[in-house]
Amino acid sequence: MAHPTAAVLEYHLISYRRTWRASVTSSFVLPLLTVLSFGVGVGAFVDGGVGGVRYLDYLMPGLIASTAFQVAVGDCTWPVLGHFKWIRTYHAQVASPLRIVDVVSGHLAFVGFRVLISTCAFVLVAAVFGALRSPWAVLTVPVCLLLGFAGAAPTMAYSASVRSDSFLVMLYRFGLIPMSLFAGVFFPVESLPVALRWLAYASPLWHGVDLCRAATLGVPPDWSASGHVVYLALWAAAGWWLAARVFRRKLVG
Amino acid sequence: MAGDDDLIHARGLVKRFGGFTAVDGIDVDVRRGEAFGFLGPNGAGKSSTMRMIGCVSAPTAGTLRILGMDPGRDGPAIRARLGVCPQEDSLDPELTVRENLTTYARYFGIARQVARARAEELLEFVQLAERAGSKVEPLSGGMKRRLTIARALVNEPEIMLLDEPTTGLDPQARHLVWERLFRLKRQGVTLVLTTHYMDEAEQLCDRLVVMDGGRIVAEGSPRALIDRHSTREVVELRFAGESQDEFAGKLSGLGERVEVLPDRVLLYVSDGDAATAEVHARALAPMSVLVRRSTLEDVFLHLTGRTLVD
Repeated sequence: MAHPTAAVLEYHLISYRRTWRASVTSSFVLPLLTVLSFGVGVGAFVDGGVGGVRYLDYLMPGLIASTAFQVAVGDCTWPVLGHFKWIRTYHAQVASPLRIVDVVSGHLAFVGFRVLISTCAFVLVAAVFGALRSPWAVLTVPVCLLLGFAGAAPTMAYSASVRSDSFLVMLYRFGLIPMSLFAGVFFPVESLPVALRWLAYASPLWHGVDLCRAATLGVPPDWSASGHVVYLALWAAAGWWLAARVFRRKLVG
Repeated sequence: MAGDDDLIHARGLVKRFGGFTAVDGIDVDVRRGEAFGFLGPNGAGKSSTMRMIGCVSAPTAGTLRILGMDPGRDGPAIRARLGVCPQEDSLDPELTVRENLTTYARYFGIARQVARARAEELLEFVQLAERAGSKVEPLSGGMKRRLTIARALVNEPEIMLLDEPTTGLDPQARHLVWERLFRLKRQGVTLVLTTHYMDEAEQLCDRLVVMDGGRIVAEGSPRALIDRHSTREVVELRFAGESQDEFAGKLSGLGERVEVLPDRVLLYVSDGDAATAEVHARALAPMSVLVRRSTLEDVFLHLTGRTLVD
C-alpha cells in the first residue's frame, strides 16, 4: 500500500490537471518576459557585465532561483487559505485515516513537483539563451527544490495561521517582492548599504541564488556551499514543523 | 466496561475551549446497527461531540471508546472505519463528481481500480451516476449532500457520522436523503446523526438524546420521549384579541399543562376532542382549534425552552 502522504500528493496532482494551464503564465511566461526585458534589454546597457560575466549570464541563475521561490511561496498562499476556508479540503482529509503530517507533507510534495517542473523549464530556456556556462548547472534543479521547500513550508505555516487574505497581500508586499528585488537576483548584494545587506543574507532566496549562480557559471559560491544547504534545510524543517503545529491547532483542536 | 455491541462508549465526556465548556460531561452508548441521534438547539454541544467521535478533536476529560479503541492512540485506525458527512460542504468544486470519490478513497489506501468500481456503485446508490463526469460546482445543494454521503461511504464504514445531514435541503431532496440513509441502516451501518429537525429525528432515529448547554437533558426512543415529556395530544387554540393571556386563566385545569404563546395557547392533554368540548363548555370561543398528536418538537421545546439561540 502506498504511503498516505502519496495519496495526498495524488489528490493535488489530479486537481492540478484541471488548473495547470492558468499556472503556466505565472510560473513560466512572466519569468521569460523578465529574462527578455532585463537580461536582454537592460543587459545591453550593462557594459562589461557583472564581475566579468555577461549580464544575461549573471541574471539567469538568479531568475531560475527567484522563479522557483516565487512558485513555491505562491502555491502556499491563496491555495492553502482556500483549502482551509473555501474548499475545506484539509478538513475532509483529516476526517479520513490521514494524519496531520500526511496532509502537510503531501501538499508540500506537490509544491515540490511544481517547483521541479518550472525549474526544469527555466533551465532549458537558459540553455537556449546560452547562459549555462558549466555542466554544474544541472545542480540548479536540486538546489531550487530545496529553496522551494525553504520558501513553501514557512509560507504554508503563515497562510494557515491568518484569518483573511489581506495578510497574504502583506506577505507579498513586505516579504516576497523586496526579497526578489534585493536578494542578489538582479545585482550583487554587496551594492546594498551594510544594514540592508544583512537582510538579504538572511533571506533564503539569496542562499539559493548564490548556489545557482555558482552552478551555472562554474565558479565557487560567495559563501560555503554546505552552509547554504544547511541554512535552506533549516528554513524548510522549521517551516514544516510550524506548519504541522498550526494545522493541528486549526484542524483537530 | 463497554459491551461488545457498543460501538461508541462515552463516560463523563467533556470538551472545553479555553473557558467555554461545549460538552459538559455526557454519557453515551451507541449499539451496533442502530440509528442514534443528537438533538439540540445551536450551541448545545452536538457538533463538538461529533468531532470527538470522529477523532478530530481530543476530549478534555472523560472516557471515549470507539469500536473498542482509544481515539487518542488509535485515531487513524478508527477513522479508517468511520464515514463522515460534515455539516459544511468539503467537496472539491474543481474535480469531477467521480474524482471526488476516487481521490478520497485513496486516503484510505484503497487501490485505484477498487476505488473506481466503488465510485460507480456509490454514485448509482445516491442517484448521481449520470453526473459522474461533471464538475461539482454546478450541482444543487441536494446533489452535493448526496455526493458527500457517497464519499463518506467509500471505505464501507461501520459507523456513519452525519452532522445535520439535511439542513438547507428542499423537501424532495430531504426525503431522498432520508430514504438512502434508511437503506444504509437496513444494510447494517450504524448511523449517528445530529439534527434540529424533529421530523428527521422521528423518521430516522431508534434512540436519541436531547442536548442543551452541553448536557444531556433526555434520552430514549422518540416515542418514549414523547410519552415521558409530553402528553398524547396537543390542542392549539387561537383567540381573537391583542393578548392570549386573559384566556389562559379560564383554561386552567384543562389537561396537564397550559402554555401561552404570543399568538396561541397550547393545551397538553390526553384527549384533544374532550378538551375541546370542555373549552366550549366554559363558553370560550376561540377563532381556531387544532387538535394534533404530540411530536418530538413539543418535547424538544419543553426541554430546551423557546428562547431563540443564535
